Amino acid sequence: MTAAFPTHKQEEWRYADLDALQPVWEQFAQPVTLTVGAGEELEEIWLPVADDVQLRRVQLALGEGAKARIFALNTAPVYGRIEIEVSLAEGADFELYGANIGAGLSTNEFVTNVRHVGPGGRSRQVIRSVLNGKAVGSYLGKVEVARGAQQTDGEQSVKAMLLDRGATANCKPELEIFADDVKCAHGATVGELDPMQLFYAESRGMDPASARALLLEGFVMGLWDTAKDPNAICEAAREALRRVV
Amino acid sequence: MLEIINLHATVADKPILNGVSLHVPAGEVHAIMGPNGSGKSTLAYVLAGRPGYEVTQGSVTFTPTRHSGLEPGPAFSSEGAEGRQIPGRARDDEGGLDLLAMEPHERAAAGLFLGFQYPVEIPGISYLQFLRESLNSQRRFRGEAELSAGEFIKLAREQANLLGMDADMLKRPVNVGFSGGEKKRAEMVQMGIMAPKFAVLDETDSGLDIDALKAVGAGINRIMRAPDKGVLLITHYQRLLDYVEPDRVHVLRNGRIERSGGPELARELEREGYTEAAA
Repeated sequence: MTAAFPTHKQEEWRYADLDALQPVWEQFAQPVTLTVGAGEELEEIWLPVADDVQLRRVQLALGEGAKARIFALNTAPVYGRIEIEVSLAEGADFELYGANIGAGLSTNEFVTNVRHVGPGGRSRQVIRSVLNGKAVGSYLGKVEVARGAQQTDGEQSVKAMLLDRGATANCKPELEIFADDVKCAHGATVGELDPMQLFYAESRGMDPASARALLLEGFVMGLWDTAKDPNAICEAAREALRRVV
Repeated sequence: MLEIINLHATVADKPILNGVSLHVPAGEVHAIMGPNGSGKSTLAYVLAGRPGYEVTQGSVTFTPTRHSGLEPGPAFSSEGAEGRQIPGRARDDEGGLDLLAMEPHERAAAGLFLGFQYPVEIPGISYLQFLRESLNSQRRFRGEAELSAGEFIKLAREQANLLGMDADMLKRPVNVGFSGGEKKRAEMVQMGIMAPKFAVLDETDSGLDIDALKAVGAGINRIMRAPDKGVLLITHYQRLLDYVEPDRVHVLRNGRIERSGGPELARELEREGYTEAAA
């Protein structure tokens, strides 16, 4: 049975491009399930594909002491959505490093729900968006800490760079905490390129377009520092930046 | 080599430069001294083309002389088959460029270098990547071959060693976590790599201890003391001028050159202060 088609009234679909979603909904209605057993590790790199509309809907279950690290580049020409629902058992560790890179009328979004079920878990979500034209880039991230999940360490860092006045960044970190001994930090900034950094690069000989591209590269590329084999996602991100700048 | 005539400039509609005239011939080092707020840094930024620094009157003509050495090639001759024009920029009879009509990156490619008073931090980009991209952008603009990664790293290491800087620092993000002195040293390493024709050095001596001051002074002499190069050295103090002997010293005050003289003028200013010396 197919799940009901979402509406904008549902918080997690609030910024979605539902018109673009409609024709392909059938194939994405059911999320993919991934399980990482106790003490095991998973590293995934999610590269963009050629389709106008690209969705990933993943339910991820982390056993005791399990580790998952996901690197994701979201740069669909029309609508891209990366949706992750994670549950962390005791001592589990979840990291997400993601970029929205968009131009034109595109909408790209990360929607996460991180549930700390057991104690001593750690989650870290770092999202960077580079948006030009009338593009929309969003992050809706919910962190739930269950009653028994003491000593949870949850972090959300979200930054967006808007290259055009028509571009939009949405950022909604949300915390729901039912334990009293936890550490949950979140920070968000939306900005433009620093004019002094641009001038510094230009004064050294870079033309304005190259200087902008280099500064944006610095803004995004730090995401992939800890990946085991970052070459493919680095190249894809560079390519996406060249396209939108 | 650098001819500034009656230069007026405003920042946020406030007049800062009120008719600066100055001529630095090739082969000379000129020092600009002056009290806080006299317009020294504004002059440096106007010469490099910082956005927001509006020139309301006057002209600046930059005449890069023909390179006399063997490398990196004769990029700036105004005649001859191997010479290349800066695209889209007219030159006068002596090959002078209308500096104020050029974009900041075009000024750099033409051979102008600004040493920043406050070098800028750029997280996420290593110094090596930043400088290689900068140098190769300049070389592309001049129609010269780009340096390969290997060639560039060799050049960068050489220049870092000459300035007494650990070359591994160039692997770090641009100026991030550098001390004030390290940033200034790094500016001089950049100058060594770019090998400019003309350098405007804005308080390169501030924030330096004695050893760093000596190293930076030696760097300026080594890189820029040549018959076909020129330097405008902006400073508050005499002490850098003990290491880099200026040919001329100018006092900038209220946005104008108030006095000019030989190296002895700097010592007089140091002794008597700007107010006394001006009287």
